[in-house]
Amino acid sequence: MSEQSEERWIRANLALACFLVDPSALGGIWLRARVGPVRDRFLEGLTKGLNGTKPRRLHPAMGDDALFGGVDLTATLAQGAVVRTQGLLGQSGVVILPMAERAQAGLVARLAGALDADANLVLVALDEGAGEEERLGHGLTERLAIHLDLDGLAIGDAPELELDLPALEDARALLSQVTLPDEAISELTQVAARLGVTSLRAPLLALAVARASAALSGDVEVGPADLQTAVELVLAPRATQFPALDEADMQDSPPDTPPDPPEREDQEETSEQDQPALPPTEMLLEAAKAMLPPDLLARLGAARAARSAKSSSGSGAKKKGNNRGRPLPSRAGSIGNGARVDLVATLRAAAPWQKMRRAASGQFERLHIRASDIRIRHYEETSERAIIFVVDASGSSAMARMSEAKGAIEILLAEAYSRRDHVALVAFRGTGAEVLLPPTRSLVQTKKRLSALAGGGGTPLAAGLKLALELGELARSKGMTPSVAVLTDGRANVSLMGEANRVTAAEDAAAMARAIRVKAFSGLVIDTGLRPTKGLGELASEMGAPYLPLPRADARSLSAAVETALSIQ
Amino acid sequence: MRHAFPFSAIVGQEDMKRAMILTAVDPGIGGVLVFGDRGTGKSTAVRGLAALLPPITAVEGCPVNSATQDDIPDWADVTKTDLIEKMTPVVDLPLGATEDRVVGALDIEKALSNGEKVFEPGLLARANRGYLYIDEANLLEDHIVDLLLDVAQSGENVVEREGLSIRHAARFVLVGSGNPEEGELRPQLLDRFGLSVEVTSPKDIETRIEVVRRRDAFDNDPQGFLAAWAKADASLRDQIVAGRKHLASLEASDDVLRDCATLCIALGSDGLRGELTLLRTARALAAFEGAKAITRTHLRSIAPLALSHRLRRDPLDEAGSNTRVTRTVEEVLA
Repeated sequence: MSEQSEERWIRANLALACFLVDPSALGGIWLRARVGPVRDRFLEGLTKGLNGTKPRRLHPAMGDDALFGGVDLTATLAQGAVVRTQGLLGQSGVVILPMAERAQAGLVARLAGALDADANLVLVALDEGAGEEERLGHGLTERLAIHLDLDGLAIGDAPELELDLPALEDARALLSQVTLPDEAISELTQVAARLGVTSLRAPLLALAVARASAALSGDVEVGPADLQTAVELVLAPRATQFPALDEADMQDSPPDTPPDPPEREDQEETSEQDQPALPPTEMLLEAAKAMLPPDLLARLGAARAARSAKSSSGSGAKKKGNNRGRPLPSRAGSIGNGARVDLVATLRAAAPWQKMRRAASGQFERLHIRASDIRIRHYEETSERAIIFVVDASGSSAMARMSEAKGAIEILLAEAYSRRDHVALVAFRGTGAEVLLPPTRSLVQTKKRLSALAGGGGTPLAAGLKLALELGELARSKGMTPSVAVLTDGRANVSLMGEANRVTAAEDAAAMARAIRVKAFSGLVIDTGLRPTKGLGELASEMGAPYLPLPRADARSLSAAVETALSIQ
Repeated sequence: MRHAFPFSAIVGQEDMKRAMILTAVDPGIGGVLVFGDRGTGKSTAVRGLAALLPPITAVEGCPVNSATQDDIPDWADVTKTDLIEKMTPVVDLPLGATEDRVVGALDIEKALSNGEKVFEPGLLARANRGYLYIDEANLLEDHIVDLLLDVAQSGENVVEREGLSIRHAARFVLVGSGNPEEGELRPQLLDRFGLSVEVTSPKDIETRIEVVRRRDAFDNDPQGFLAAWAKADASLRDQIVAGRKHLASLEASDDVLRDCATLCIALGSDGLRGELTLLRTARALAAFEGAKAITRTHLRSIAPLALSHRLRRDPLDEAGSNTRVTRTVEEVLA
């Protein structure tokens, strides 16, 4: 364990050195680590490597004024003319974004744009996210060459970084002379493709790392070791699939992994194409493979889901929940009560009066602002709806009417889509439930998840309801209005604890249903059984939700029922 | 200012390139919406295209790039009369942009210091006669999108606020891009874009290698790379310029009009915008290719670009709208 940790730290050291050689080509570092001595030590190294210049720090809740520059209040008032400040992104150099996992989609996109516009702007994102779902947006991570994960490293495994500053200086000087052997590009691109890295930015960033690595070791030509470094630092952390090395390896990979069918085709295609396989590529792949976390495949699903879920997790009372809170035109108002003054609008309101006020007061130097000029920012807080589909994927359901249930969800999804609702999918089967998709507006995602849904096993209805409840609360904390639509045949036979016991299972399910009613989520229970199940109607009334047996529901009446059931609130 | 990657050096992504070229031939087609994976060269293509286009002639110092003295809006304080050549403008619309920045607003500085009511033009003014590029259009605030599409359609920006009453020409090609996995555009908005393209990362390993190789060559030696591709870019430019001239002489025959209508009816696209875009795009393609008349071949090849985003959306149709359009085109124009 400790040996592995040591290796990780050495790699971090190498990554930092490569980064310091050519920061602008590498774009930046995405560092996943909790706050702690290890991270501090890494950042210390970074500051030292930057020759002591302290990087500027951003904050995920930063407004555009601070980022891109805005009106300087004090100076403007003092001078009577607009004075603008230079934003933090206004000048090149290294900027640090702490708590990067809190950055909202808007900020991610803006930072990505800033990185694109200014090659010399470099971002070090400190991501403190716990778990796969909580992470910096893909728009940014894909522009940062180096992905490092220092989580779980103990300070004992992380001795002070050895940065040879003169050597870095030499490497920077050497960098422009480093040449690339012809095969390097094709090798890195192939490795990237085999690892399932679709974006073409990745191989380009890998090339930059390979160059930096060569310069670091004093070579004027990129060698195999540099390519290996590039693969380890850039490509392996982005891998979305295990590379298919040969047929034996293909069979080795666990059979229950569900990669998308087209992906698998590609995999075979590429491996066929590479029959006269280039040994260097294979070697690089081996290197990458050694780096891949063992639970890669398990994490993939979560990561993919996170992509859509991560549209917002904003804190702060103002934007709480409204991930697309719409700014309204500013209105006249008074300062206080935490209202935010819209400075520009205030100045605009005051501007036409200046001549008169100056003349009236006899004071010509200063800016005359009256209380009536004050303009306050307003936001429209529209609550969005999140419909949580709880789908029974148990054996009994699957046997009977899984496809009908899917059909019903499709109708509901189409409804949800046209109303711009968020949709989440929870499936339960076997001994537990899982979130197939956290609340999202992306139809593409939902479609994929739904079609991949397999059936079989017991019916842990209570677990499904519990998960829906949790998801609903989470959605509510983000300012959405959650609704729960349950599709089941109602034969609950697995309890919350995972025991196969019909009696406790039914009790648990009823308890969870009551909990949902207490939370005042609107809901709907759709019976997908071959014939209506008596118990399910009772469950629905426990939940305070209408009960709708699917057998009698054609498409139209189903969607009408959902419409009425879910618009109660 | 960084050099733009030469447009003709972009590997693959034929649909996207074609859509952009066609809007360059006839800006009246309306905007282009590019939806797809990251790192597929969406913004590279826009910038490359603008760099390639012939420069526009504009009155020096005019905030809306007016071509002649008469076009200068009355609020603009333009003292010079010289005509200068400048590059086709490409204006980026940053995601957080406020309404003020986009449409323009009262110039506070002038108002504060001189008590004058002067209009400070926004991004829309700068984009006149050029391109307005929105990355991640699907994340843009809805009210800004509404506003943009409205202006893009009418070609005029009307500002009525803070005691200002101002209008100016704002004819630009709107290019939006985004990743559908992060949320989709409202169907009403989709319809307002002239063309739509879906881009995916190239699957073929050789293509991918070529992309990386060229980009790498460009990054290492921009000047040399630009010089190497200057000829290809120039010939594309000539073809676009020739296409623009040729455009007016192409008339649509009754047969072509009938085909457009039949196609749109068969696909059930709402309104007549589908037909109009179809016709304009086909004409632009014919002009670009130097053809004598608009033919079914032209229609066939641009129908997916012009129509795929106008279909009534079947949220769970696995095939995707492109396939549906292609299928219908095959049936109707058989």
